[in-house]
Amino acid sequence: MNVALAKTETGRAVSETFAMARSRLPGAGKVADARRKAFESYERAGLPTRRIEDWKYTDLRVLMREVLPLAAVPDQSALAKAVDAVKAAAVENACRLVLVDGTFAPKLSDLGGLDKGLRVQSLRETLDAGADLPAAATDDVMVSLNAAMATDGVIVSVDDGVALTKPVQIVHVATASSASVFTRSRVQVGKGARVTLVESFAAVSGAKSYQVNDAVIVSIGDEADVAHIRLMDDATDAVNISSGLVTVGAKSKVNFLGLTSGGRVSRYQGFITLAGEGSDLSVNGVNLLKESQHGDTTLVVDHAVPNCTSREVFRAVVDDRAHSVFQGKIIVRPDAQKTDGKMMTRALLLSDDAEADNKPELEIFADDVTCGHGAAIGALDESLLFYLRARGLSEKEAQALLIQAFVGEAIESIADDGLRDAVVAIAERWLAARG
Amino acid sequence: MALLEVKNLQVRVDDREILHGLSLTVNEGEVHAIMGPNGSGKSTLSHVIAGKPGYEVTGGEILFKGEDLLGMAPDERAAKGVFLAFQYPVEIPGVATMNFLRTALNAQRKARGESEFSTPDFLKKVRDVAKSLNIPQDMLKRGVNVGFSGGEKKRNEVLQMALFEPSLCILDEMDSGLDIDALRIAADGVNALRSKDRAMVVITHYQRLLNYIVPDVVHVMSKGRVVKSGGKDLALELEASGYAQFEDAA
Repeated sequence: MNVALAKTETGRAVSETFAMARSRLPGAGKVADARRKAFESYERAGLPTRRIEDWKYTDLRVLMREVLPLAAVPDQSALAKAVDAVKAAAVENACRLVLVDGTFAPKLSDLGGLDKGLRVQSLRETLDAGADLPAAATDDVMVSLNAAMATDGVIVSVDDGVALTKPVQIVHVATASSASVFTRSRVQVGKGARVTLVESFAAVSGAKSYQVNDAVIVSIGDEADVAHIRLMDDATDAVNISSGLVTVGAKSKVNFLGLTSGGRVSRYQGFITLAGEGSDLSVNGVNLLKESQHGDTTLVVDHAVPNCTSREVFRAVVDDRAHSVFQGKIIVRPDAQKTDGKMMTRALLLSDDAEADNKPELEIFADDVTCGHGAAIGALDESLLFYLRARGLSEKEAQALLIQAFVGEAIESIADDGLRDAVVAIAERWLAARG
Repeated sequence: MALLEVKNLQVRVDDREILHGLSLTVNEGEVHAIMGPNGSGKSTLSHVIAGKPGYEVTGGEILFKGEDLLGMAPDERAAKGVFLAFQYPVEIPGVATMNFLRTALNAQRKARGESEFSTPDFLKKVRDVAKSLNIPQDMLKRGVNVGFSGGEKKRNEVLQMALFEPSLCILDEMDSGLDIDALRIAADGVNALRSKDRAMVVITHYQRLLNYIVPDVVHVMSKGRVVKSGGKDLALELEASGYAQFEDAA
């Protein structure tokens, strides 16, 4: 009955949006069929509600209400406005690949002088040339909606044995208001390659109440070394629902950090499958939320094979009336003996009205494993605050120092000094803005 | 000139009165020792002077350089020159000692309308003080007090005292948990800071510390009041006869 209700509330609007968007969506034949099927499976379910366990704390039918019409293809003035936002979001020395309102912007991107063995195309280019949509191995409805509606994205591949000299940074810039943006990208990392991937989400000033739905499909070969950083600083009245679908080969080292500081409603869902033995995965997340922001980080780490290690460290700082959600699931398949998986999540509540939900889950089907999790929610330690204040720090300064230390445990995982400093700078700006 | 004037101070914690009308005057350049048994209110006095939350002042006043101290936030008191060396300095993981010292020093200077220290000046100052206190450089790189021994924590308090140059230092049970060698190093550091403009209040259980930091005035506290004051010989008397006589007097 709920599903039927959903159709009348939101289903009709989105089917119109899909019908109107179709002419603009790249890909014919089998791609168009795949999109229609994906849309139908979305339409059957509608926006996820709290009745779906995976979306328990993030009821999009309440928080998002509807899917807005697609943003227009950016014109010259939109592209010109995006330049400053790209600069502000830029990581030093990176090869930037820019998507404005869901359309690849080659003129804003660094396509000249790419490292040898690094190849970049837009999603639209590959679909026009007859390629398939990058496939996502999940039945999540928001990923299905993404498959149906994705207007563009980037297709990145790094050849076997190549160590990139610069980070690859995918920059999403929103310039449109009251519109939706759907992007889908794929990153393929070859055997023995070394890659730093940065994803940034930002908006030009004046972009309001827009919706982002992004999916990135990452496949990492054997013996690779990947640092993956995601910085979500969308407008504070925007919605950002993003999915990362990552498959890791054997004997690889993968270090992920996600930082959420923007968005009125956001969800980052990472589905990471360890598919090759002897790999080492570190997943770190930080939510910095204030006012009435709702930020959800949901991670599923799937140990499909034996002898892998996974470490998850998540930190949430929640101020005002904000709401942080962390859901972490570790799955250990029957064959995945000698798995070593740990997850530690902590939330810091800075106000009486702040809320944090932590949901750790372990699903262990093998018998020779080491798995554990810990979760803690609390306020700043009064005795530490007093010590700092007795040394001359104001209440805000003392809090800022302790909050930096709190999130530092997750940020420390970034090996590159420049990138780590960039992430620390975002946290410092957030703290300074608390006033 | 009177630097600190505590007048008829009454303090409650929860529903219990801890200080029942305590008075104390400390002049510039003087070192006062406050002795007394457990539960006599020594630490409460030090916490109330520094502005620790959780204490309710129900009567009396504290003047510092003639100003009402009780109306000030803890950081304002620090900037005015009040320094409390903690009995149990807290560990602050993730906050590097150097970063903490610089942030604190510059916050105090800013509050006084003074310019911030330049990085080279700051580093030189810290290194010089650290060397005199036998504090190795690698300790300064660690989180504040993280993994420090009892003696190292107390030396870190003395280091801050030397760096911030307060006009009133309150040493709360500085000798607790220290062996003789550690005590001597810390006491030497404190003695080096004695000056005609600076006063110190040394709170201790035992006379032992006062062999190293020799006071001008000794007060005995019992049940929330100063029950006797005298010269440094009073400490020796106490060592011989114990506190029992004063518990009756109170």
